[in-house]
Amino acid sequence: MKLSSTDIARRVAGDIAEGSYVNLGIGMPMLVAEFLPNDLEFVLHTENGMLGMGPRASEDKEDWDLINAGKQAVTILPGGSFFHHADSFAMIRGGHIDISVLGAYEVAANGDIANWSLPGPKPPAVGGAMDLVAGAKQVWVILASHVAKQGAPKVVERCSLPLTGVACVDRIYSDLATIEVTPDGLVVKAIVSGLTEEDLRSKTGTSLSFAQDCLILTPDGS
Amino acid sequence: MTDMIADCPDLKDGATILIGGFGDAGVALELIETVRDLNLRNLTVVSNGVGSGEYGLGLLIQSGSVGKMVCSYPRSSNSSIFEKLYVGGNIDLDVVPQGTMAERLRAGGAGIPAFYTATAYGTPLQAEKETREFDGRNYIMERAIKGDVALIQAAAGDRWGNLTYSKTARNFNPLMAMAASTTLVQVRHFVDKIDPEIVVTPGIFVDRIIETKENN
Repeated sequence: MKLSSTDIARRVAGDIAEGSYVNLGIGMPMLVAEFLPNDLEFVLHTENGMLGMGPRASEDKEDWDLINAGKQAVTILPGGSFFHHADSFAMIRGGHIDISVLGAYEVAANGDIANWSLPGPKPPAVGGAMDLVAGAKQVWVILASHVAKQGAPKVVERCSLPLTGVACVDRIYSDLATIEVTPDGLVVKAIVSGLTEEDLRSKTGTSLSFAQDCLILTPDGS
Repeated sequence: MTDMIADCPDLKDGATILIGGFGDAGVALELIETVRDLNLRNLTVVSNGVGSGEYGLGLLIQSGSVGKMVCSYPRSSNSSIFEKLYVGGNIDLDVVPQGTMAERLRAGGAGIPAFYTATAYGTPLQAEKETREFDGRNYIMERAIKGDVALIQAAAGDRWGNLTYSKTARNFNPLMAMAASTTLVQVRHFVDKIDPEIVVTPGIFVDRIIETKENN
């Protein structure tokens, strides 16, 4: 059994404390916003200059001055604000953003992350990823699949791809498990139902320990 | 607009041009396309991206005026202009983390030659930069960016050069306005005056303003 992308997004959303300032990366991390409880308040930051980002704009209300970092037309919620890029990244670099949620190609046992550059002729593009992983108080990584297409582990002893940041990841949410990065190595806090500890180890490129109160996750099937 | 550009001695071959905008928000399209018509060579362009399509910065790059791009995100979902030149070895690229680029511009405008940041420490973008430890954490030294000319888009401007912006179209524009020798601005509305309490870019950073009614 595996968790779907919405299962993972729902889990991440459930772990974000009320009142947090959160930056959700482009792609799957954006899905987390849909599962933040409506009766609690969170403040979403988008690095192109807004706090209090709301949902995507409906097609008839798109305003191309009001976009997110993925260049989609969005909305702003009451209490929101606009600012320039230096202030936006002062919020990140200065440790004012509580949680950065982003995707990755690889995460290492010590919290190193590689998520910006793949081999090949295409121009490398980093955007704000290096600033976010170095600056946010907490860095949570979503892996839509625990292993790469060819079966190679994404959670590894040492990253083989160019690094985005060193020793900065705090938590990994994959389709198979939730893993904390601790000074004593990786600790599995939750594992998908039907998967044994040995199964998870065989899909992971570094050693794992399991929390005493390790949760069993059941996919919602949605 | 052609007059305003023609009378700008900083716009010359080899110049460093700062171009505001993020995606299509806050991009001075008309100014960029007027600069393209000058057919300059070997420009260094500092901008977050490489243009969203076959207009604006994309066209300036396609024209062969740009020798080097300094940017954080040299990819475009709607255009392969930059990628073709890059893969063919016909344009230089300096990839800079987005926040580092913003702060380097701010520093350039504020008279600060360099600063330390943890961003990119231990990554390939650290390159040969000086490193230093402060309070147990490692940082790299980043140099300020200054431009010869900035091309800025703003919502409103007055005759003193004061500017306001629209929503997330602000992005890099106020920083680039500070960091260039000559700052050229296109505004949607040229107004008599702007409430001093809401001015975002004070006029001291602005050299010339032109009103464009185009859809941007």
